[in-house]
Amino acid sequence: MDLSYSAEYEQFRNEVRQFLKEHWTEADANAVPPPAPDDRAALMGAIIRTDKRATEFRIKAIERGYLYRHVPRRYGGGEQPPDPLKAVIIAEELRKARAPGEVVGQGPSMLAPTLVEHGTEEQKQKFIRDTLLGKITWCQGYSEPGSGSDLASLRTRAVLEGDFWVVNGQKIWTSNADTAHWMFCLVRTEPDAPKHDGISYLLIDMKSAGITVRPLRQMTGDADFNEVFFDNLRVPLQNLVGKRGQGWIVSRSTLKHERALIGGSFIIRRTLDGLIMLAQGVNLRGKPAIQDPIIRNRIVELESKVLASEYNGYRLLTMQARNEEPGLAALVTKLYGTTLGYDIGKLAMDILADRGLLAPGEDSAPAMGMFVTAYMWSLGVLIAGGTANIQRNIVAERGFGLPRDAAASRR
Amino acid sequence: MNFGLSEEQVLLKSTIKRFLEEQCPTTRVRAIMESGGHDAALWQGLAELGIAGLIVPAAYGGSGLELLDLALAAEELGYAATPGPFLGACLATVAVLEGGDAAQKERWLPRLAAGEAIGTVAFGEADSQWEPAQYATRVANGKLTGAKPLVPYAGIAHLMIVAAHDTSGPGLWLVERGAPGVQIAALKGVDMTRRLDRVQFTDAPATKLGGSSAGTQRTLDAGCVLIAADAYGGARRCLDMAAQYAQQREQFGQIIGAFQAVKHQIANLAAEIEPSLSLYWYAAHAFDRIRDQSERHAAMAKAHMTDLYDRVTRDATELHGGIGFTWEFDLHLWFRRAVFDRSFLGEAAVHRARAATLAGW
Repeated sequence: MDLSYSAEYEQFRNEVRQFLKEHWTEADANAVPPPAPDDRAALMGAIIRTDKRATEFRIKAIERGYLYRHVPRRYGGGEQPPDPLKAVIIAEELRKARAPGEVVGQGPSMLAPTLVEHGTEEQKQKFIRDTLLGKITWCQGYSEPGSGSDLASLRTRAVLEGDFWVVNGQKIWTSNADTAHWMFCLVRTEPDAPKHDGISYLLIDMKSAGITVRPLRQMTGDADFNEVFFDNLRVPLQNLVGKRGQGWIVSRSTLKHERALIGGSFIIRRTLDGLIMLAQGVNLRGKPAIQDPIIRNRIVELESKVLASEYNGYRLLTMQARNEEPGLAALVTKLYGTTLGYDIGKLAMDILADRGLLAPGEDSAPAMGMFVTAYMWSLGVLIAGGTANIQRNIVAERGFGLPRDAAASRR
Repeated sequence: MNFGLSEEQVLLKSTIKRFLEEQCPTTRVRAIMESGGHDAALWQGLAELGIAGLIVPAAYGGSGLELLDLALAAEELGYAATPGPFLGACLATVAVLEGGDAAQKERWLPRLAAGEAIGTVAFGEADSQWEPAQYATRVANGKLTGAKPLVPYAGIAHLMIVAAHDTSGPGLWLVERGAPGVQIAALKGVDMTRRLDRVQFTDAPATKLGGSSAGTQRTLDAGCVLIAADAYGGARRCLDMAAQYAQQREQFGQIIGAFQAVKHQIANLAAEIEPSLSLYWYAAHAFDRIRDQSERHAAMAKAHMTDLYDRVTRDATELHGGIGFTWEFDLHLWFRRAVFDRSFLGEAAVHRARAATLAGW
């Protein structure tokens, strides 16, 4: 165990710092005003930043091989050999300088690597570069009202008519469907095949006729998702990715290199820091909450879990750098994070005590209600990206070789 | 940046694991625990593997390794529910290393490293008091007086490291086997793989450890880390046993591991246990290399891991059904060890309270 970086990596860190000094000034970082802490949309905007200056910077960073290291240069990536330590150093330095990193969104994280692996040359040239720069934005058309955990049962139909797929059906829980330029979408093209073999992967221009997007208001009261309806939507034949009927396999493409495995735990760590500040800043019956023995005990208990998550991230990083199979340590991260998110939210609510009755947006709510928002979102995290129960199946089946559910087999 | 074990550490761990699988299956664990909790031949075998001297510098006949290496050994001993004086012996060694003067190190470390001398520590006092500043045991004119209600393996120890006070404040004293004024009474403990004795000192001749005054806290910190490692190993064993049992036991015409209720309980345990490995690694590493984080991380790792160990033994018993509640089935060996880990050196709440204070809150 050695938590310092070797000379080679310190040298690399210096190179990144020098690059940042030359290409991203304090004024650049300050050009977009910091958003209010409870304004989720503005927060995302500040992280993503796709304004002209940010794009110029991103292009230079890609040229240097600092961003999109797993994407070939001919499609607009940085094309570097996998090196998780360098990836972490780059991410750390970019964050310190408040410089634009990779564009956040399902386009760069999911669509681009899928196209690299399965796209036609025409699709690659048309979409990847602009997606990586945030010029083309994407939403994901996977979930349907009748197909959540059992995604492969999806029923949105696409029928080939001449040079077009004619699509009818409905998608749900579609983030950014109201703003995205394109959707990558799973549709059923072979209704008679076994369910996993009857799905195809289509790219849909959101400006097409036959698409209706309706906001979906989630239980927090805001609408961060949408429902999308297809009514005789016509999708050109060349927008099929991979072969007909192989959409399920195509959709399983993931980033193979340098997954930002510890990114999540940095965010959790910051949330914990915020929670400690909250406990120092609000009183419980005349004394700062942090002086309450039970609250102190619970914060330490929580901190131990947060640290375990953070150190587990470093352990995963080391395993990646050594080309070791991460096994359980990787399989459990989402489930562990889900529990942590709830633990943090719950403790925040207990620190707020009766002030937790005030909704986000109420001026007199401590920290503008952001902890109440986080508490509510800990419910969403239980479900998004695979419910906790599905995660438990994955851990038990892949981690311990327990049998797959009979009902969930390939039927 | 390397948050992982070296090849040598992986080898050390697997060597100990193999040794314990061969030399100390649970049949032997039971034989030892029902005959006093110590087996000289097993202890000698562990010493020959180098466990007793892992952290002792080569100049004194040890391997010159660090607490992390010793914690890996503790994890394996916890996994196998190995009975014997390992914990107290390690802590006495840490105390001499961290708090002894040159002559004391010269005299004791070679014998401790070889396993010839078995050490133990007499720290905690009545009313669950583990805080060194509060100990009532006193030393005057080289004579030590006080009561230590929970001392591991005092009955077989060649030396006891006793935490006490003299006029200059708290410190550590060395009391040798056979010293007059030492009354040892064997106790019936929940964990039969780690025996406890009550020790009464009445004007017992004692030598003060003459080195650093940080020895007391360092010894407690090392104890917290080693217990956390033991708890991780034991929790991991319970999980492995439960997962294995779920593959074998059939009810309603299928293995119980095919039921989601069982799968999910196992997954929940794995999700809690697996990340906590890195928490004890870090605590050990901090003890070795990041001194200013050492005390706080040791406290957090101890509290976190022993809390979790308790829950894991409970869930593992539930997963086993009736057989898990029998004497013949081995699961209760770990349940009992979890009870020891939870309370020895102080319960979780005490360590969390310390960690909060150490954070400056």
